[in-house]
Amino acid sequence: MLSISCTNEVTIQFLSRSSNEGFARNAVASFVAQLDPTLDEIGDIKTAVSEAVTNAIVHAYPEDIGKIMLRIRLYSDRSIEIYVKDWGIGIDDIEKAKTAMFTTGNDERSGMGFTIMDSFMDKLKVVSKRGKGTVITMRRRFSPRLGTTL
Amino acid sequence: MPITCTSSDRTLHANLTGDIDHHAAKDLIEQFEIQMDRYVPKNLIIDCTGITFMDSSGIAVILRLWHRMNANEGTLSVQNIPKQPLKVLRAAGLDKIITFE
Repeated sequence: MLSISCTNEVTIQFLSRSSNEGFARNAVASFVAQLDPTLDEIGDIKTAVSEAVTNAIVHAYPEDIGKIMLRIRLYSDRSIEIYVKDWGIGIDDIEKAKTAMFTTGNDERSGMGFTIMDSFMDKLKVVSKRGKGTVITMRRRFSPRLGTTL
Repeated sequence: MPITCTSSDRTLHANLTGDIDHHAAKDLIEQFEIQMDRYVPKNLIIDCTGITFMDSSGIAVILRLWHRMNANEGTLSVQNIPKQPLKVLRAAGLDKIITFE
């Protein structure tokens, strides 16, 4: 049985400023390009990253600017893992937060962030502790490419 | 400038361009408020040809406009939606309540 290994990894840390949302999307798209995903797959990944990073920027540090860590791992089975971590206020009720249309933000937010992450990625995990921070882990496997063994 | 507007006969045409994300949303909402207050349209047409990316913040912008047009018994139509924004709008179920062309 073929074992799956992590073949590449990058970690980026940036401030919780909204101007970094586009940068985070493009950074992830650049890095996963090594796996030669389709345009649709890149679109899906950029969208999911945008939602996770935006959530951290909007919610994690209400009084201040804080740090956000974004880590991307590439695996030998053409899957990727996106890990977004903050050291902010945390989510009180994760299940409630994941409910479609629920938001603690103002009316610039639609409450659809988690719903979109869930539908665009294969797996989504949210771990959070009040006062400590939140970690979002998402996985997606890209389709096989012709002429490769996977 | 993420939106350009033209108005004729109580119909406001708005062209949205660029990335419609949280960073862009605040400014976009303000600009729309100004245009909507100025023209008070009966029909709002949003042309999405120039959109390069959209996430759930774009959903929030469109929903706001939909609520406003509804409140004034007007119409909203969203046109020429590129592939990635269309996928996002469908994931949110907006295709069931708003006319897409």
